[in-house]
Amino acid sequence: MHKNGFFSLLFHLLFVLFIVAPLVVVMAMAFTDKGYLSLPTDGLSLRWFQALLENQEMLDAFLLSLKLGLVSATVAALLAVPAALAISRYEFPGRGALTGFLLSPLMIPSVVLGIAFLRFFSVAQIGGSFWALSITHVIVVLPYALRLTLASTIGLERDIEQAALSLGAPRWVAFYRVVLPRIRTGVIGGWMLAFIQSFDELTMTVFVATPGTTTLPVAMYNHISQTIDPLITAVSTVLIVGTLLLMLVLDRLVGLDRVLIGEGK
Amino acid sequence: MARYDAEHVGTTPWLLSAPALLVFIALLLVPLLLTAVLSLNLFSDTEGVLPVYSLGNYLEVFKDGYFHEIFLRTGGMALAVTLLCVLLGVPETIIIARMASRWRSLFLLVVLGPLLISVVVRTLGWAILLGNNGLINDALQALGITEQPVRMLFTQLGVIIVLTHVLVPFMVIAVWATLQRLDLQVEWAGLSLGASRQTVFRRIILPQIMPGILSGSIIVFALAASAFATPAIIGGRRLKVVATAAYDEFLGTLNWPLGAAIAMLLLVANLIIILGCSKLAERRFKQVFE
Amino acid sequence: MAFLKLVGIVKTYGGFRAIDGLNLEVRHGEFIALLGPSGCGKTTTLQSIAGFVQPTEGRIVLDGRDITHIRPEQRGLGIVFQSYALFPHMTVAQNISFGLEMRGVPKGERSKRIAEALDLVRLSGLGERYPKALSGGQRQRVAIARALAIRPNLLLLDEPMSNLDAKLREEMHIELRAIQRDLGITTILVTHDQVEAMTMSDRIAVMQKGRIVQIDTPYEAYERPHSPFASAFLGKTNAFAGAVQTRNARCCHVQVKDTMLNVPHEDRSLGNDVNVYIRPEKIRLTEAGKGRLNGRIRLRVFLGNLWLIAVESSFGVVHMTQPNLGMPPPDENSEVGLDWSDDDLRLLDREVTHGKV
Repeated sequence: MHKNGFFSLLFHLLFVLFIVAPLVVVMAMAFTDKGYLSLPTDGLSLRWFQALLENQEMLDAFLLSLKLGLVSATVAALLAVPAALAISRYEFPGRGALTGFLLSPLMIPSVVLGIAFLRFFSVAQIGGSFWALSITHVIVVLPYALRLTLASTIGLERDIEQAALSLGAPRWVAFYRVVLPRIRTGVIGGWMLAFIQSFDELTMTVFVATPGTTTLPVAMYNHISQTIDPLITAVSTVLIVGTLLLMLVLDRLVGLDRVLIGEGK
Repeated sequence: MARYDAEHVGTTPWLLSAPALLVFIALLLVPLLLTAVLSLNLFSDTEGVLPVYSLGNYLEVFKDGYFHEIFLRTGGMALAVTLLCVLLGVPETIIIARMASRWRSLFLLVVLGPLLISVVVRTLGWAILLGNNGLINDALQALGITEQPVRMLFTQLGVIIVLTHVLVPFMVIAVWATLQRLDLQVEWAGLSLGASRQTVFRRIILPQIMPGILSGSIIVFALAASAFATPAIIGGRRLKVVATAAYDEFLGTLNWPLGAAIAMLLLVANLIIILGCSKLAERRFKQVFE
Repeated sequence: MAFLKLVGIVKTYGGFRAIDGLNLEVRHGEFIALLGPSGCGKTTTLQSIAGFVQPTEGRIVLDGRDITHIRPEQRGLGIVFQSYALFPHMTVAQNISFGLEMRGVPKGERSKRIAEALDLVRLSGLGERYPKALSGGQRQRVAIARALAIRPNLLLLDEPMSNLDAKLREEMHIELRAIQRDLGITTILVTHDQVEAMTMSDRIAVMQKGRIVQIDTPYEAYERPHSPFASAFLGKTNAFAGAVQTRNARCCHVQVKDTMLNVPHEDRSLGNDVNVYIRPEKIRLTEAGKGRLNGRIRLRVFLGNLWLIAVESSFGVVHMTQPNLGMPPPDENSEVGLDWSDDDLRLLDREVTHGKV
């Protein structure tokens, strides 16, 4: 392909600036030594991170989001892996509909999901518990786990498994020793992506969260609705850095392009 | 790709997918149905939800100018965001595709990475940048471009800018996927037949990435039309979109049936856009692409 | 007068010399094959002629005009790419029409020439199909039609048959050669398949490590290779290490194992350590004791039109072929004699680098 000319690179620079600016600004402001929203022009300070550590509300929300993410990602993965195996290895009527159904939360606006869950909880009289919340997250993140797992199960050639069977391995041993290792990265990648999506989830959660089950994004949203102060930028910085680290791990493991685009480089 | 024969399938695939399927039926399908039913109830300020069934909520939405304005505003905004995403995202994707492999990976990460960061954080950054005392206004005034701060927060423009920021990665993803499938030799063939670089781009590259642009546009439009957090934070109380209107009815006025009706309309609109346009695009491009 | 001249072409990528001083002169209407293993630089050479790769040094002159620095879209060459590179979003007719549109050919004339081109490759009637709906062989023909429709003065073929199955490939060799002869268009073919090179070309340029090591007609290149590499790349051969004992104006006496061979040879520059080459088809079977060499049949394979026979002898394993004229050769393990004509022996210096000979 042709190389990029000067104007292309200029455009590119501006585009990258556009993408990165809000994140950089947030992180910069987290280090201010002043008591109000400002750039750290007088020197860096960690006072707001300290304030964060003393803010019970944010800490509770962070821990809740963490727990929630772990639980929903794990449950989603446990549901998604057998489904992915079924979809990619068997030809059966309704396979397309099943796949579409399991991926449908991606096409349903978060607002609608939030309202639907809220209604469901009020009818079933459950609402307000951690487990109710995790169910909603499982539904929302399962498509992500499923997509990534499918990507690795679909490419799987059966001959290797058949070779193992012909050599005398029982079905479950063949699965455990031959299939599982091959799809392991896809499954782990799917788990991680599900975790990230659960942790980040805002819109749907806004509807179903209660004072006792406030996730970090919801807590931040509530906070922002009242005021924007350096505390919230400190929280955001922690989130950004944490996500960056997870991104690096994901890239190492599965390749970030596979995660985000669905295809390898 | 090896599969079991259709005759030997038996119940295994269904057993494997049963857990996920059952969870989804019980916890996705049922709630959606309940909401659909709820949207047919009526509401009174004194008694709450009334157990009657009527299309009253839907009629209200269709007749009330208040809702017309909201739906039109949401649609117009989504259109503007989609257009911006095409104008910004498509060139950027092509530029990245032309880079050496090392830079390509880096910038894909930079451009797509924010998708993994919560929308709250990204919107917060813009709220800081766009405020009257925000950085952008400070810079504009320092450079002498304007004297008064330009109002961007709590305006339509602000919401459009931020939504573009949030959603342009989806456009990049869609276009990137089609770009990957392009055969470099096809470009060379065009050159060898005498086409200039611009002609090659216009008549050979662009038509081939059009499906990607279209599917990206569909995704961006659907997401923009159902956006909640960004319009809420950047747009504020008075700039309502469909999602925030539903929120208001549900958690503000507590008029659950009306909120449910708005949600249902949003859902149906979304499905029509996504499935409908995808089918149309598919039919148009079917004979051309594998 | 050479129609196409490549003068001193060098192409380096970092420290790697993909093309290492290449000179070539092609006459008008000639069909030249660049033949060599992968990595020998043949494709890079073709891409340099096409303009997709800029040579580090050297000149390319076409019909008297120096095109070395002219952009690919202005060279007016016809190129058939290895992957065919058809425009997937255009019909067959639109693909062929493209080059004509770029040249400003008016619509009526375009339709005529598209029909001509389709006729030439025997695809008339398929103009409205999309590439996706065509078979591999049909796509290749469209690629050829598209390149020829613009009536280029030079046709470049980049391993165009590598994606076709064997039978189709054979047919296309002959067809393409016929088309080239009819149109009289100067053509350069890049391939690693020596049968392809020999079937289609007027001259073969054997390439190794970025250079042309021999350029000759197929017959000369096959019968008189200049190096062990050329000898092994074109067809199969037997090679025996030997030492020159005496030589005179017309021949050498070469000692191979315990036999003295009489090799007609005139090259004074030949050293004493040599390899003696003889092609499998030049060896005949006779009764044991009646030939120049005795041996035992180790393996015989029937290929329909000929027999492949491996004979264990004092020279080592000798590979020979026998046409299928009715009588099969003796069974495996039979004692036989091997005979040949001295004129069919070749001598080359034994190369210090021990490649497969």
